[in-house]
Amino acid sequence: MRPSSEAELAEMIKGATGQLAVRGGGTRSLAPASGAVIETGGLSGIRLYEPGALTLVAQAGTPLTEVEAALAAQGQRLPFEVPDMRGLLGRSGQSTIGGVVAANASGPRRVQAGACRDSLIGLRFVDGTGMPAKNGGRVMKNVTGIDLVKLMAGSWGRLGVLTEVAFKLLPVPETAATLRVAVAGAEPAVAALSAALTSPFDVTGAAFVPHEGAFVRVEGFAPSVAYRSGELTRRLAAFGAVDVVAHDPWPAIRDVAPFHQAKGDVWRISTTPSKAPALVARAEARAAIYDWGGGLIWLLVDEGRDLRAALGAFDGHATLVRSASALPRYHPEPAAIAALTCGIAAKFDPRHLFGE
Amino acid sequence: MDMPLPDAAILARRDRIVARLAALLPADALITDPVETRAYECDALTAYRCQPLAVTLPRTTEEVSAILRACHAEGVKVIPRGAGTSLAGGSLPTADAVVLGVARMNAVIETDYANRFIRVQSGRTNLSVTGAVEAEGFFYAPDPSSQLACAIAGNIGMNSGGAHCLKYGVTTNNLLGVTLVTMAGEVVQLGGPFLDAGGLDLLGVVCGSEGQLGVVTEAWLRILPKPEGARPVLMGFGANEVAGACVADIIKGGLLPVAIEFMDRLCIEATEAFAHAGYPDCEALLIVEVEGSPAEIDDQLARIRAIAERHNPVAYRESRSEEESRRIWLGRKSAFGAMGQMGDYICLDGTIPVSELPHVLRRIGDLSARYGLRVANVFHAGDGNMHPLIIFNANQPGDLDRAEALGADILRLCVEVGGCLTGEHGVGVEKRDLMHVQFSHADMEAQLRVKDVFDPRWLLNPAKVFPLDVTASRRAA
Repeated sequence: MRPSSEAELAEMIKGATGQLAVRGGGTRSLAPASGAVIETGGLSGIRLYEPGALTLVAQAGTPLTEVEAALAAQGQRLPFEVPDMRGLLGRSGQSTIGGVVAANASGPRRVQAGACRDSLIGLRFVDGTGMPAKNGGRVMKNVTGIDLVKLMAGSWGRLGVLTEVAFKLLPVPETAATLRVAVAGAEPAVAALSAALTSPFDVTGAAFVPHEGAFVRVEGFAPSVAYRSGELTRRLAAFGAVDVVAHDPWPAIRDVAPFHQAKGDVWRISTTPSKAPALVARAEARAAIYDWGGGLIWLLVDEGRDLRAALGAFDGHATLVRSASALPRYHPEPAAIAALTCGIAAKFDPRHLFGE
Repeated sequence: MDMPLPDAAILARRDRIVARLAALLPADALITDPVETRAYECDALTAYRCQPLAVTLPRTTEEVSAILRACHAEGVKVIPRGAGTSLAGGSLPTADAVVLGVARMNAVIETDYANRFIRVQSGRTNLSVTGAVEAEGFFYAPDPSSQLACAIAGNIGMNSGGAHCLKYGVTTNNLLGVTLVTMAGEVVQLGGPFLDAGGLDLLGVVCGSEGQLGVVTEAWLRILPKPEGARPVLMGFGANEVAGACVADIIKGGLLPVAIEFMDRLCIEATEAFAHAGYPDCEALLIVEVEGSPAEIDDQLARIRAIAERHNPVAYRESRSEEESRRIWLGRKSAFGAMGQMGDYICLDGTIPVSELPHVLRRIGDLSARYGLRVANVFHAGDGNMHPLIIFNANQPGDLDRAEALGADILRLCVEVGGCLTGEHGVGVEKRDLMHVQFSHADMEAQLRVKDVFDPRWLLNPAKVFPLDVTASRRAA
């Protein structure tokens, strides 16, 4: 099925007799759903773009490339640096803007500009009863009613099908620079990244790739980037030799490129940055990449190994992103939170059309 | 504005309910004397008042849990309260409800500079969060104008913003986690000292839920390193349209000031008479503030000047010193005090798309003339969050009603042009009956379901946010 309007989509959902597999571009889902396929590609197009107000509204099935091209033409961008997961997950196809929202897909700039959910200011969706609803709007500051925008961002389609999404945007900075610190290991790397993130120099990327170095990015007007690079170079010298890299390492970090061709399961861990090195040591992983100053860890692990059992309890959670195993993709929740989550899912999708 | 009639059965059981709470709490944590509970009969929306059945002032999450558990068992409504600074009546009690105030829970639990967070009890005031970390060069970014008095609990309840949110975002963008107690007394942790919590973003739902879903007792907040410096520039224009166009050009120019504040003629004149900040005689005034090192600030201000000059400002004053910065901000920061000199006022906070600014200001002028009430405009122009101040005389019979009717028309206008009823104050009781202007029945139904899950018996702050007729069957159940 391929609805061409929200009303058509609502009818399809009302008429559904079994599970539905809702598909944007099919480039991000961790556990592709079974059931009758609903493609969102017919709900496509930018509805409104006001560069002077830094806002954009698009139908959920709009290709990400179309959104990015429209913004680039005005020197603007989505603030949260959308990762491209195709290489890691072995998918083809075109990512849709609705899929980006459903996955709350957010890249290295999250440490400074926030996640997808922080830039998302409004949306429309059709829930599992076939009821269309809107929440938020097209303005940056809006506290009217309960914030379902956040609820839907990162919900992986569990509560309904997105039909329209609205974002606040940022100007593309005039220039950017990335420093590399030749650190001796994960402990000093995370310490160096923390030193950068706790400086007043507005760092927009802080990652550590073992054997390559710790990377720190600043963006802005040219004189400002030059000044901040200089100041950071002096402050980070205590952690290892610092140089300015000629190539842009961020797309590879964002897309987890080093793991694309590597054999093994891929896990994604969210934790407190300073706890990352000990956690990685406990994981006995084949390889690790640290983003968000250490708060996001990508791990390459032996196939089928239950990493959660190996890590035990920790501040944060582990998602199994790529694996042939039957291990659960999402981290089990404490009973009280699971009860709230299941309660909400039961209200929005009482027939379990979008269920796990 | 109507509130539901108190539940007679609860009022009849008052003594038993009070005795049950007294058994759970230290003597000074329970207030039942009507002389003392009077302090809790309203918040900063003083037009509406009601004495609660009792007031509880717990000191720990365990006490909060015990109070909620008892009230849940007794079927008693609970009104969560931070510092009581809501402009929307978010913590207005009813006679059959227990107020649960967290103001005594104001401790710092943990400060972690390396990982950029602080964990506090929710009764701590906004400004004292920054106070706890500024010696190390950090600050907590959301800065509502009541920040000296308002509590983090209320900031989370209303998803508060402030003057600097164009760059730093509002509360929800700076909140990492909370300890939440549900109406049934269950304690849950949502999020924590990390960026991504797994599963549904319940933290994002709780933030801004106006005390409908649970009582927040602790919070992990993002703290940020302070910028090296900040300096404002003040510019005056001959027309609102020109000032609006200048704001759009600054934003399109790739600049991201930390604040862009707008004042119209009435507001300029009132603050000038009150604070003598030396503001120019003009139709519209902008204050634009940028951050960075001295050289970075100079560079950004030069770019802003080049943009502003294309719009022929009638005045242009760049701060060169702390003292000049203080004088530029003086009028803006005394705007509300100045309005108080002119009479009583209602402050609205609808948000509009920035492009609609000139149109909306013209229409507000028309409405103001039609109602015969003056409206001064001061607002965060970068994000379209208006603050029209309707000036009236509370001692003049009928004036408040007229001011409220004008306010409602202004908020309808905000929604009509693509905006919303409230950008940072919250709905509370003040804008409750206007929700249908912005939301369809289905839009509200989707929101109500979330409350159904967190608070199935509808005991937490139940007569707020949504029109009473919309929630009647749920509240009666």
